[in-house]
Amino acid sequence: MIDATGRPQSVLVLGGASEIAQAIVAGLVPGRCKTVILAGRPSERLDAAADAARAAGADVVETVAFDTTDLAGNPAVVTDVFARFGDIDLVLAAAGALGDQDALESDPMAAADLITTNFTGLASAVLAAAGCMRAQGYGRIVVISSVAGDRARKANYIYGSTKSGLDAFAQGLGDSLVGSGVGVTIVRPGFVVGRMTEGRDPAPFSTTPDAVAEAVVKGIAAGSDIVYAPPILRWVFGVMKLLPRQVWRRMPG
Amino acid sequence: MSRPRTQRALLTGWGRTAATAADVVHAVHPDLVDDAMAAAVASAGDTTDRGLVARGMGRSYGDAAQNAGGTVVDATWLDAVHSVDLESGLVTVGGGISLQALMERFVPLGWFVPVTPGTRLVSVGGAIAADIHGKNHHVDGSFCSHVVSMTLVTPTGTHLVTPASDPALFWATAGGMGLTGIVTEATLQMIPVETSYMLVDTERATDLDDVMDKMLHGDDAYRYSVAWIDCQSTGSKLGRSVLTRGDHAAMADLPAKLSSNPDKARAFVPRQLARVPLTAPSGLLNPLTVGAFNEFWFRKAPKHQVGKPHHMTGFFHPLDGVGEWNRLYGGRGFLQYQFVVPDAASETVRRIIERLTETKLASFLAVLKRFGPGDPGPLSFPMPGWTLALDLPVGHDGLDRLLNDLDEQVLAAGGRIYLAKDSRLAPDMFRSMYPGVDRFMEVKQRVDPDGVLRSDLGRRLGLCADTAPRPGTAPAVAPTPAKATARKPAAPRKTPARKAPARKAPVAKKTAAKKTAAPPTSSERTEP
Repeated sequence: MIDATGRPQSVLVLGGASEIAQAIVAGLVPGRCKTVILAGRPSERLDAAADAARAAGADVVETVAFDTTDLAGNPAVVTDVFARFGDIDLVLAAAGALGDQDALESDPMAAADLITTNFTGLASAVLAAAGCMRAQGYGRIVVISSVAGDRARKANYIYGSTKSGLDAFAQGLGDSLVGSGVGVTIVRPGFVVGRMTEGRDPAPFSTTPDAVAEAVVKGIAAGSDIVYAPPILRWVFGVMKLLPRQVWRRMPG
Repeated sequence: MSRPRTQRALLTGWGRTAATAADVVHAVHPDLVDDAMAAAVASAGDTTDRGLVARGMGRSYGDAAQNAGGTVVDATWLDAVHSVDLESGLVTVGGGISLQALMERFVPLGWFVPVTPGTRLVSVGGAIAADIHGKNHHVDGSFCSHVVSMTLVTPTGTHLVTPASDPALFWATAGGMGLTGIVTEATLQMIPVETSYMLVDTERATDLDDVMDKMLHGDDAYRYSVAWIDCQSTGSKLGRSVLTRGDHAAMADLPAKLSSNPDKARAFVPRQLARVPLTAPSGLLNPLTVGAFNEFWFRKAPKHQVGKPHHMTGFFHPLDGVGEWNRLYGGRGFLQYQFVVPDAASETVRRIIERLTETKLASFLAVLKRFGPGDPGPLSFPMPGWTLALDLPVGHDGLDRLLNDLDEQVLAAGGRIYLAKDSRLAPDMFRSMYPGVDRFMEVKQRVDPDGVLRSDLGRRLGLCADTAPRPGTAPAVAPTPAKATARKPAAPRKTPARKAPARKAPVAKKTAAKKTAAPPTSSERTEP
């Protein structure tokens, strides 16, 4: 159950090897969260994430094979976790890839794959989770979006559009779940320095997985609808969205 | 048996935290309690099995009267007075009747409830489930000591339970937070009173030592005693308090104006003076505003006043005069932290008050009281010693860790947390604080072998089986989910012992397999 101070006791991570997700789990486990289910492509990284959750003090840690692009299989993976482990207080939708925009532009199939990974596949899994939580009568779904989805930028519009779609999906889902006991928290990090962005120059207001995780853990406790990390990006992008397109398209990077 | 009509609703406790949705059965007739119980038992083990719990006035602060995704029986309909013996003061009433209704009816006839908490807006069933205590605990014990018998609807049948007929079940129900069954009727031994007034002595205590000393050496002379502690003042004023103690006034004790008008001296007509119209902005109650209030409260109290007549309503239930005062704490709600530690651990009380004042949490006056001996209930809260209760707004960063630390101190002192107030205790901490929990679970297993009686509190503390399977019995998830399994994820699983979580309302059961990829429709109801 989620307690009065907003602490969950169990979490299902979709994209269990994600750095941000790992940092969030590390923040949740010492509080109360003793059941951690990590869904992701079987890999050393996924196993390492499970080890880290165990080391942090979780009692039940399991990995589950999950690939967002397996559209037919996704819902079953999620419903099966709910059936096997009982109530899941928190679902963390963190799967996603950044992609190389230049390569993607010349390879439409790869672009479609990225869109499936980040949006189509993840959305179908989140919908299955929402159904389970609605029946369960409570829960929170955390969707890792991005400020890149706030306004598509020519330098990474393919990635940005997947986050834009996911973000809009999560907003609508959150509204549709009002009154069901289930809440949706959308997380919009800025440039996160880490594995995903290796070799790229950090953008202004860049942040780290740990800093994002801290903001997310607080947002979960408060039941926030939207979490920006760092928080100042809420205002920065509030302005960015208003810039004339002629100016916006000259944005570097 | 027919499945009773239900209504999906979001429920919280009095603290307005951690809302969950449940199917509410309005138990307009006691038969509906039986029907709801039978329906819950019938669905035990299938995919719609989310259990059942009773709910009274919703005054538990936390998640005791919630059952996420399952059934909640609104027992406030069971508010009948079945029989009354005005000679002996024995009354048999429905489990959903409020203590306020009992007072309104019986105080003018010369009988008062044996135990009342700080609000009279609690049901008799809830009073039993929480084994509530009042300002007279050091003299009269807790509520269940005055319960002569009760009718308990359990998954294995309806029992008339007395402390002699089935002591294990009776005392497991006392403080069992509704997890042993639904109290549909109870016979109570009321206490005789001549008037609806109290004779009250009020005095200020300058610090914690002073108030504890006064209580240790003076409480035995009073039937009712409580101290309001200012948890914001520090230093030499740490723990300054207003101590109020008293007893029921006899007609002859009252001033002529009242005693010459016996009807007035016996009248019990509670009035709501005000109502909080809407949820206040979070932060309205901050250290500044609360500090100012506490200062006012302390200064308004007389330094020393003896034998002043107060009406029962003001003495016992000052906050009931303000409707929905829980809205003052804003959208994120609040919680109450109430613990008890043995007499010898008065230093723990001091350390905890110190921690709270240091943290600058906005805490209204806290309530300090001395308990007498507890009763045999394995989950009953009271034990001899000091109990402190304080309201805290949720939202302060680090509140969760602070209270975890306080839990450790309470446990180290041999104390425990009151479950009727709790909304955040950890399962392992709970087990350490209530070593009788295994005795409780034995009784629960006997009357509820399928684990039908469940609540959010029970799930949180590990008192209910959750819906989790036993370790090792679960089928492994296919490493690469095959398309075939995607088609029927909701099919019954191979392990009968495990209870799969509800995925659909029963009405939509047939289509459950097809629709797992989409969430159920928003008009989710379990209507027949």
